[in-house]
Amino acid sequence: MGESIVITSGKGGVGKTTTTANIGTAIASMDKKVVVIDGDTGLRNLDVLMGLENRVVFTLVDVIEKRCRLKQALIRDKRFNNLFLLPTAQTRDKNDINIKDMLMVVNELKEEFDYVIIDCPAGIEQGFENAIVGADRAIIVVNPELTSVRDADRVIGKLDSKGIDRHEVIINRMNYEMTKNGDMLSVDDIIECLAIKLIGVVPDDRKVTISTNKGEPIVLDDKSIAGLAFKNIARRIMGEEVTYASLNGSSSDSGFFATIKRMFNAI
Amino acid sequence: MNLFKIFSNKIFSKDIASDRLKLILIHDRADISPDFLEMIKSDILQVISKYAEIETGDIEVRLTTTDEYEGNSPALIANIPIKKIKR
Repeated sequence: MGESIVITSGKGGVGKTTTTANIGTAIASMDKKVVVIDGDTGLRNLDVLMGLENRVVFTLVDVIEKRCRLKQALIRDKRFNNLFLLPTAQTRDKNDINIKDMLMVVNELKEEFDYVIIDCPAGIEQGFENAIVGADRAIIVVNPELTSVRDADRVIGKLDSKGIDRHEVIINRMNYEMTKNGDMLSVDDIIECLAIKLIGVVPDDRKVTISTNKGEPIVLDDKSIAGLAFKNIARRIMGEEVTYASLNGSSSDSGFFATIKRMFNAI
Repeated sequence: MNLFKIFSNKIFSKDIASDRLKLILIHDRADISPDFLEMIKSDILQVISKYAEIETGDIEVRLTTTDEYEGNSPALIANIPIKKIKR
């Protein structure tokens, strides 16, 4: 029996889908069987980030409305044959799916896969309810901004009330320059306010845009610092102890990479 | 304490953000509307006016954080200037 994880945030545009694609790819690269589910019916994008948009035939909605079997809707990844995408419909909306059907799909997938990762849409309405119903644990993505942290707090409250008390936070898009200048909420500020466990910090990295352009998750780029951060998060999800300090550049290190590593006390 | 702060008067926007965030979360979590706060305020004033004359223009009643307690529990702060105690 596998484990289901919902990637959520409340606020839109903080990097939920990017996180889902990268964590899914990273866990699959460590030889686990993984399926990523797009929960954003009507505004799907996980297929695009994975570079699989041309292969979508059947969707989650087709499965629920019994136009195809679950296996037929799963798309195998280009790079890892143990990674699958369950896309959702682009021309339907979130109210076309109910929590009962969604729970059935997630539970069926958990029997087949080690990890079922659900990309939650923005908001706290039906799409959110559908995305969290089958989740064993949650990962909340925040940006170091007031609006994002505030919405995350609401979402954590909602998760608690639904009995999902296993949750951790990813702080995404920490900007080195702005942190140095005192213009960005710190990791400690955010963790303290939300009273939640940290599972990783992802530095702001222009390479993420480039990887999105190509439809190749950033974890496939060995030289990217954001990719490295996502890989570490994936390992922590799998229960591995990845110490934050292990990435600290020693004080003799110089250059941007070492500085950024020291600055974030690692990722 | 950031070293830079000692040598400059610059207010870091991160500190403003952090303070604002704490207050926003207190209000969100307590789910207290301005109307509700206004009701508390008028009741408090009623009680106090029995014993003292109040400077009505400068009354402040608000929610804030408490530094004394762990876990950011909210505190109700009332600042009510008294003109004269009634005997």
